[in-house]
Amino acid sequence: MSLILDGTEISRALKRIAHEIVEHHHGLNSVVLMGIPTRGKYLAERLAAMLASIEAPVEHGTLDITMHRDDIRLRPPRALVPTLLPVGGIEGKSVILVDDVLFSGRTIRAALDALGELGRPASVQLAVLVDRGHRELPIRADYVGKNIPTSLKESVKVSLIEIDGIDSVEIAPVSP
Amino acid sequence: MKNLLSINDLSHDEAISILDTAAELQKLTAGTVKKLPTLRGRTVANLFFEDSTRTRLSFEAAAKRLSADVINFSAKGSSVSKGESLKDTAQTLEAMGVDLFVLRHPASGAATSLAESGWVHAHIINAGDGTHEHPTQALLDSFTIRKHHGIGRNDFSGVKVAIVGDIAHSRVARSNVLLLKKLGADVTVIAPPTLIPHGIESWGVQHSYDFDEDLASFDVVMMLRVQLERMNDAYFPNGREYARGYGLDESRLHRLKKSAIVMHPGPMNRGLEISSASADSAQSVILEQVANGVIVRMAVLYRSLGGPDIASAGGL
Repeated sequence: MSLILDGTEISRALKRIAHEIVEHHHGLNSVVLMGIPTRGKYLAERLAAMLASIEAPVEHGTLDITMHRDDIRLRPPRALVPTLLPVGGIEGKSVILVDDVLFSGRTIRAALDALGELGRPASVQLAVLVDRGHRELPIRADYVGKNIPTSLKESVKVSLIEIDGIDSVEIAPVSP
Repeated sequence: MKNLLSINDLSHDEAISILDTAAELQKLTAGTVKKLPTLRGRTVANLFFEDSTRTRLSFEAAAKRLSADVINFSAKGSSVSKGESLKDTAQTLEAMGVDLFVLRHPASGAATSLAESGWVHAHIINAGDGTHEHPTQALLDSFTIRKHHGIGRNDFSGVKVAIVGDIAHSRVARSNVLLLKKLGADVTVIAPPTLIPHGIESWGVQHSYDFDEDLASFDVVMMLRVQLERMNDAYFPNGREYARGYGLDESRLHRLKKSAIVMHPGPMNRGLEISSASADSAQSVILEQVANGVIVRMAVLYRSLGGPDIASAGGL
């Protein structure tokens, strides 16, 4: 197990993403953050707090994608987690999906489907803490905390204080 | 196979997980999302050897909202009247590509027999077998109780539930007793002595022959349908006498706690076990039960079908 990012580096990366979001959106008019559970939810909350301190408060929510996954047949059923829409909804908003790791891209495809059921955003972007490569779909992130080239024999483990008690990104061999 | 044949198939945690999943599905489908793609390409067969309206329609609606395909089979007007057996019927349907059977059968234990026979590889959900069990009804009843008396609670301790009516022949009562006990509720079954089964002591619930005794203490009053065919079997003298002793009429309704809810699995005999005033009162959650039924059955279908294919799991 090797440490790739520690707590300070994670918050530095998130801070940079926050600034990029402000820059790209010329302020934060109509920006809405949607975190993908489990860890994307906390990252979205942190980004929202940072955006509030550097520019303006933004609305944020969570988006459960369980029922839209394309690997439902390959894994045992998972418990559903709440989808929480921001008060203003997502109709006509600039939605930024937030997740911890971008890998095959299938989670994001499911998220786009789930989002489509809830409304029609003006635009959708993607912010991830880690991009580890190995895409299986034509999907890319707009904001990336850190690009980490990995092999398929490795797994990337993101820990966040909110649920894991520590902030870290580690790489470990896939347990057989 | 991930079957649901009896409430006993579920651990406490599994039962709670079904109720939690249903709660999320309810929030999800209450908004703009009416249909989820989850079970696209899966086929659910409703195999009904006994008449039913709401259970079959409820399973059909649940399957369709998860994008599964639905085949409906009812014994009436089928080759069953030509003598085709459960085995042949099930195997025939499975050959048409059925992934899950929803089975309603007049014989107690039919779902378990089908599951243990090895005749089919599809998943099986018991939608009522004789006087034995009706697990999805119990799940939707507990889901409804949880919404009113224990939102988010994983244990129902302190919730007083009365189940009133033909306890001896009711699969709804049996499944509800099993599940409510698993969840920790305080259950009393109430019926005339002839309709309380032998060995009720072993059920681990209280029983009473007097509906009025503790009427004001219940949080939930679950009325069971009087099966009209029982009337001729002399379990009780006549309908009017039954209604006087065990029906939820207006006077009993007024003596209930204001927070108590009135439940009935349907179909109701208005004026017999429940008066129209009670059935249509503000305390009645009978239509809510029907709505919750679809949601809970979605959660149950997802539990069985959200997972590896039968074929890839080494079946057919």
